Amino acid sequence: MKRRTGAKIIFEGFLREGVEVIFGYPGGAVIHLYDELINHPQIKHVLVRHEQAAIHAADGYARATGKPGVCLVTSGPGATNVVTGVVTAFMDSIPIVVLTGQVATHQIGNDAFQEADILGITRTCTKHNYLVKNTGDLARVIREAFHIASTGRPGPVVVDLPKDVITGEASLENPERFEIRGYAPVTSGHPGQIKLAVREILKAKKPVIYAGGGIIHSGSQEELLALAELARIPVTVTLLGLGGFPGDHPLFLGMLGMHGTYAANAAITQCDLLIAIGSRFDDRVTGKVESFAPSARIIHVDIDPSSISKNVTVNVPIVGDAKNILTRMVKLLKEHGDVWQAARKPWLKEVRQYAAEHPLCYEPSKDVIKPQYVIEQIRRLTGGQAIIATEVGQHQMWTAQFYQFTQPRTILSSGGLGTMGYGLPAAIGAQVAFPGRIVFDIAGEGGFQMNVQELATAVQYRLPIKVAILNNHSLGMVRQWQELFFDKRYSETSLDVQPDFVRLAEAYGAVGLRADHPRDVVPCLEKALSIQGPVVMDFIVDPEENVFPMVPPGHGIDQMILAKPDKKAKKVVPLTFPS
Amino acid sequence: MKNTISILVENRPGVLARIAAMFSARNYNIDSLSVAETIDPTISRITCTAVGNDLEIEQVMKQLRKLIDVIRVVNFTTANGDFITREMVLIKVSAKERNRAEIMRTSDIFRAKIVDASRESLTLEVTGDEKKVNAILELLQPFGILEIARTGQVALSRGGRRLIDKHSGSGKSPVLRGSNHPGVR
Repeated sequence: MKRRTGAKIIFEGFLREGVEVIFGYPGGAVIHLYDELINHPQIKHVLVRHEQAAIHAADGYARATGKPGVCLVTSGPGATNVVTGVVTAFMDSIPIVVLTGQVATHQIGNDAFQEADILGITRTCTKHNYLVKNTGDLARVIREAFHIASTGRPGPVVVDLPKDVITGEASLENPERFEIRGYAPVTSGHPGQIKLAVREILKAKKPVIYAGGGIIHSGSQEELLALAELARIPVTVTLLGLGGFPGDHPLFLGMLGMHGTYAANAAITQCDLLIAIGSRFDDRVTGKVESFAPSARIIHVDIDPSSISKNVTVNVPIVGDAKNILTRMVKLLKEHGDVWQAARKPWLKEVRQYAAEHPLCYEPSKDVIKPQYVIEQIRRLTGGQAIIATEVGQHQMWTAQFYQFTQPRTILSSGGLGTMGYGLPAAIGAQVAFPGRIVFDIAGEGGFQMNVQELATAVQYRLPIKVAILNNHSLGMVRQWQELFFDKRYSETSLDVQPDFVRLAEAYGAVGLRADHPRDVVPCLEKALSIQGPVVMDFIVDPEENVFPMVPPGHGIDQMILAKPDKKAKKVVPLTFPS
Repeated sequence: MKNTISILVENRPGVLARIAAMFSARNYNIDSLSVAETIDPTISRITCTAVGNDLEIEQVMKQLRKLIDVIRVVNFTTANGDFITREMVLIKVSAKERNRAEIMRTSDIFRAKIVDASRESLTLEVTGDEKKVNAILELLQPFGILEIARTGQVALSRGGRRLIDKHSGSGKSPVLRGSNHPGVR
């Protein structure tokens, strides 16, 4: 059999896996892979300006397409620079294959130039990782890495590639068949458990569906809609679940949790059956767990057994793929005919009342730009069809609250890790995948500056990303906590010294625009949308604006601050719900 | 409660580090740990004991099963069926002239072996379950224990059952993985 170099074997692996694009940054340890890259014009390479952006771009690509993202960086600093992105992907279950260069096998452990123990560093923040020691293992490892990253609960897989393994030769075996005896994700739910769940749904008077990123990963938005509509169950979603259920649907309650809607948190507090699907009872969702769905029986559908009964003990666990399980649930429920039409009336009325009492709102202004207004206008001008990346903080929560996502894979946001600097590179990944779609990065000026160098990448590849900076001259979310819980002792949250973002954009070869009055918002957005290339919009917004509702840290979600609290009465008043 | 957990893993470099890293990253404690190759050279068996409440140990089990290199996990303490545990300890006891006879008698009672002797000390090899090992340590305490080395517990189920059945594939069958099974929380 013909012998090939490791570099060739890796690229043949890429082709077999259907890889279209690699996000990367070259260096000494991977120089042979970059040489081989030239022989494969069908694989696009996007040269970022910082390795962290390479993995966030691969992450954005994966979230927007559902296909595993691929990231290629060199050893040592190249590898350590991707660690934040690896953890970001790990926390949000995003499939990424990360190839890192490594010093030659005989040098490992010798503190060689640009050596870092990336295997050790990423051991607890990857779904799996490999150090390939023989060129002969490469084909199998590449195959396994893609398989592990994209099946079961998806996640990042790091493959560490010593230089001599890349340059070495081996005869290529096509690893069509491979066996990982320790890895067999359960996909189809236990039939008995599904029956139990159906029985619970039939019995419940006040059910709520609480759906997370698992809906998006499994592509089960239609099945979720079918279940909700059939059994007439109101739906709330997590940040990662946004777009998994139409944001304009009458059964939609909005996002739940710390900055969730009153309706969602009230419904959770009052429900007698909680149906959690592809969600993991994160602390930003549950608040104090004792007050989370206190009177509910809980069904939990999740592909990861370790997510079940981790934070909250559940009554009906179902391990498996949400799509498969929801399909079977709907089928079983249909056998009972439409028994819900009348039965659900009081509950749906109660829930609608919550929504009507305290809808999401903000005080409009004629003098100063309200950040929520900008988001509403982006929504209106794009018809909700855009892909929206965010950084982390107030603008992220306002986006979640006011954009009204209706389609899956249209929000790219670091939920679990909360990584600032994620948005711009993630937008690059999504725009590379969908050159024809409108891609926004809704940003704060803090997060934007953490990977601002990627404007060069956007300009180089003519990616028409629209960055909307909601510039409040501060690290707004931390400032909000300092205002509310630290007696307005503002410590290091002012970002008054900042570059002129318009001129900065121009320096990179992009277009810069600024709006500091409400009347300029729409013209600014319209102009940005009419420009073919990347645009940075600097919206000077109300620096006093806060994100409400808010569940104060350490409280249950039955206690919320609904709007700007009275200056004299700073105490959090527990809400009373009609019983 | 102390749980005795048996883990079959791929016999590859770094696998022990994965297990240890998971325990520390998730804030669980390992009391003892022993690792060695099994009769199948591609598989190693790790026996570890860990203290925790039911929920914590259930999470430990799930997190262990999640590791790709873990082939099979069983918690002997909560599984159906009896199991045996053994540990080997080397105990170096200070042995002055007047104590030697007494130490050797104690050693006999516990069927320990004296594997080294010097003018000031005797070194005993004891094998047994945790209770027996603790009992002899307590009896030898008054003479002055200079040093001990314990292997950590190893365990096997009683009877003909095995942790891995050659014909059952991965052994991570849905029901045995825990959460689907109505009886298992």
